[in-house]
Amino acid sequence: MLLRHTSKEVKVREGLTINPAKTCQPIGAMYAALGIHGCLPHSHGSQGCCSYHRSTLTRHYKEPVMAATSSFTEGASVFGGQANLLAAIDTIFAVYDPDIIAVHSTCLSETIGDDLQQITKKASDDGKIPEGKYVIYASTPSFVGSHVTGYSNMVAGIATQFAESTGVKKNQFNIIAGWMEPSDMREIKRLAKVMGINIVLFPDTSDVLDAPQTGKHVFYPKGGTTVDELKSSGDSLASLALGSISAEPAAISLEKKCKVPFETLDIPIGLTATDRFIMAISKVAGVTVPDEITADRGRLVDVMCDMEQYLHGKRVALFGDPDQILPLTEFLLDLSMKPLHIVSGTPGQKFEKQMRQLLDERSPETNFKSGLQADMFLLHQWMKNEPVDLLIGNTYGKYMARDEDIPFIRFGFPILDRIGHSYFPNVGYGGSLRLLEKILNVIMDRQDRDALEEKFELVM
Amino acid sequence: MEANIIIPDPAQVREELIQKYPAKVAKKRAKSIVINDPEIIPEVQANVRTVPGIITQRGCSYAGCKGVVLGPTRDIVNIVHGPIGCSFYAWLTRRNQTKPETLMDANYIPYCFSTDMQEENIVFGGEKKLKIAIQEAYDLFHPKSIAIFSTCPVGLIGDDVHAASREMKEKFGDCNVFGFSCEGYRGVSQSAGHHIANNGVFKHMVGRDNTPSEGKFKLNLLGEYNIGGDAFEIERIFEKVGITLVASFSGNSTVAAIENSHTADLNVILCHRSINYMGDMMETKYGIPWMKVNFVGAESTAKSLRKIGEYFGDEELKARIEAVIAEEAPKVKAVIEEILPRTKGKTAMLFVGGSRAHHYQDLFAELGMTTVAAGYEFAHRDDYEGRDVLPKIKVDADSKNIEELKIVADPELYNPRKTEAELEALKEKGLEINGYEGMMKQMTKKSLIVDDLSHYESEKLIEIYKPDIFCAGIKEKYVVQKMGIPLKQLHSYDYGGPYTGFEGAVNFYKDIDRMVNNPVWKLIKAPWETAGNGKGGELAASYVTQ
Ligand code: SF4
Ligand code: SF4
Repeated sequence: MLLRHTSKEVKVREGLTINPAKTCQPIGAMYAALGIHGCLPHSHGSQGCCSYHRSTLTRHYKEPVMAATSSFTEGASVFGGQANLLAAIDTIFAVYDPDIIAVHSTCLSETIGDDLQQITKKASDDGKIPEGKYVIYASTPSFVGSHVTGYSNMVAGIATQFAESTGVKKNQFNIIAGWMEPSDMREIKRLAKVMGINIVLFPDTSDVLDAPQTGKHVFYPKGGTTVDELKSSGDSLASLALGSISAEPAAISLEKKCKVPFETLDIPIGLTATDRFIMAISKVAGVTVPDEITADRGRLVDVMCDMEQYLHGKRVALFGDPDQILPLTEFLLDLSMKPLHIVSGTPGQKFEKQMRQLLDERSPETNFKSGLQADMFLLHQWMKNEPVDLLIGNTYGKYMARDEDIPFIRFGFPILDRIGHSYFPNVGYGGSLRLLEKILNVIMDRQDRDALEEKFELVM
Repeated sequence: MEANIIIPDPAQVREELIQKYPAKVAKKRAKSIVINDPEIIPEVQANVRTVPGIITQRGCSYAGCKGVVLGPTRDIVNIVHGPIGCSFYAWLTRRNQTKPETLMDANYIPYCFSTDMQEENIVFGGEKKLKIAIQEAYDLFHPKSIAIFSTCPVGLIGDDVHAASREMKEKFGDCNVFGFSCEGYRGVSQSAGHHIANNGVFKHMVGRDNTPSEGKFKLNLLGEYNIGGDAFEIERIFEKVGITLVASFSGNSTVAAIENSHTADLNVILCHRSINYMGDMMETKYGIPWMKVNFVGAESTAKSLRKIGEYFGDEELKARIEAVIAEEAPKVKAVIEEILPRTKGKTAMLFVGGSRAHHYQDLFAELGMTTVAAGYEFAHRDDYEGRDVLPKIKVDADSKNIEELKIVADPELYNPRKTEAELEALKEKGLEINGYEGMMKQMTKKSLIVDDLSHYESEKLIEIYKPDIFCAGIKEKYVVQKMGIPLKQLHSYDYGGPYTGFEGAVNFYKDIDRMVNNPVWKLIKAPWETAGNGKGGELAASYVTQ
């Protein structure tokens, strides 16, 4: 047993987190900043954080992940990091020549009390920021929230620091991407195109973290939302924020700054969340849904009808990030499956309320916890008490899956041991169909593996 | 070793590397980029701060302390005191394999423990939460040891992890609790954390169990972390030749072994950078000499085994060592003979770690490949130039604050394993006791040495030298591969290995052959991107409507 010390008996913990179902803010900020074209994320703190965040993102994407650091040593920790950040800005523009430096803080600089707004202003006053270039920032203390919060803070920072309203509205909509993969962002853009609406999607990591092999390393890959697009987001007709934790704060700040009204939706994972997404577009833009999309939807429902016998009543344990696991839970319920245990390390009142509401209505017996000590250790203990047929979560789930000998689907962040998430979406009807295929595959493979010889089926 | 390949003029290369930097940065970087001369070894600037804004390979002190040195021992509950991230990222990402003897034996390596500090802990202090966490870990697991690691905010808010540890240790009575002040801002890289870890392990673990260890030839393996099973292969060889491994620091190791390690008669050091302090401290306190060895490379393994044989000076042991080498060699030879024609004459660059960039040059040499440039991520001058420079190294402000333990001979346990005369005799036989000659002596004249290589410099080097393989870590992996050059990770081995000993050498030969000769590198360009097609010339359709 790999997790041989995990006991069945659940004891309330108040100090110790074991096997967390979350990580820290800056990695989310770094990921979000990579979705801006020509942007170099910068970690304001000591080197370790930056190194860890780059490593984790690199393992997840198997792609270059460029980011710089203020390289604090003890002196900076005592006297403040202003000198380090100013020096870093000089070096970065001279050597790496980005259009934008997106600075995020770390535990260290937050504890010291470095004020990023003041330091970046000083950089600008001192003429350290070349003409036409930008230094933006987001405060991302890791002792608050999780990696999702950091993503959210950076996206909100991007929105407020770039969006401008010229007074003349443009015929376009903002879609603010909650934490999702480059493949998902690409799919969102495709769907918008098929629906016939103009959008500004931000952030957008497609063509950044799924860059093609060309024999050349392109430091600032072709993808990412451009500065012009971001500026114009203040003139959009409305914003659709995909995810109440990871995207809504940006929509709120856009509304405040540029009076762009918004609607918050779930990330369109699964049938009904995608329905709501398509309906929302249709409504806000006054466009009819093309047959192509209706047919895509029909194909997904077709498989749900045809394969329901393999899904019905199957018990699932899942862990991950709020904006992803909320629609996923709904999808599992639509598939007639039974999400039995759910944890998310990311706290969020609205999420908590929404999830509770969904579960109260459709699966009141589900164990659900989010926030502090909502970790994989607890999830595993629940699984030992009430076993499941399927586990869904990030790569760390494989230890539980192996010990308990249950099928496992990788979903969420980080996925360190498989590819696919960067290339094949989970969003939209097509993405949901792929997710469904994965679920069916592992469940049916298990049935094949466990079947007695006389019960082994050819046709299923 | 003489290079038989044409290499660019290193002086010019150096100019190109620093050209784009702002003047002050260029001046600083220039001192870390030197042209090697194995005869008169030049000075390399190392273990100094990275310039802010430079994209560096380096990590932090916490990574060196918890991740590298303490992490691999399976039965310590390692609680990271800080916000969640630091513990999360160090969770299982270093591939320290471990093999508990029974299904019941403790193994906490697959677990991640954190106090997950929240804002109120930062504002009002986190010691209380830490103590609760320690208590909960004790109640849940009843481990033999609990270690506490401080991350960046902890030092600043003034939490005393040592006091908290002492208090809990006394309270439990049967659990050793100790803390490390390894905040990420200490020192300039992982290296500070190695030192802090050495101090803590020496203070709180080594020497707690005086039971004499069994065996005739007893040694500790220092600085071997069982990445990819490296320690398993070394253990296999030791067992074959009849050497008793008392403790490994710290791959596949246990608390009990480390606590008993001072009963060994020799320390052999693999990764000099991360563990040399332990060798020195054990020598001073217990009289155990240390010797630098290298089990990376088949020839280096044989050489290291012979050195150990010579140290113990036992004819039977020496004979067994020769017999084992003779037995293992043919397998290795068969593989290298088959592969060599495909790898010979190729070039490599190694920029990694604090000792691997040196050790792996032996394997490349066995493959007939030349190392044209190399450097460490977090080493000190002695790792480059050899320990003779130690007295000349000036301790700067960043390293000053890392405690140097004052060690004296233990009044009861000090027992010099060799007399002065014996040590002299060994030296005469060419055994370097308590010494290390560093990387540069082994590298060719005019090869390039770069310490703390930056991203920018790595791209330049690749453009100029076009090496056949580049060795570094995960952050560099896909950057370099995007340039069409295979990158071998020498921290994680790209999830392969082991690479030590005889079996490891065979694995490495095969992996490098596979990588440098993989057909995929020739498939990068689409057929329509190459000359005579697509852009430029008029395209005529093969089939057209009339
Ligand atoms: S939790 Fe804080 S100190 Fe740790 S890696 Fe994250 S930002 Fe850095
Ligand atoms: S080999 Fe390198 S990575 Fe490993 S501990 Fe030593 S210095 Fe570190």
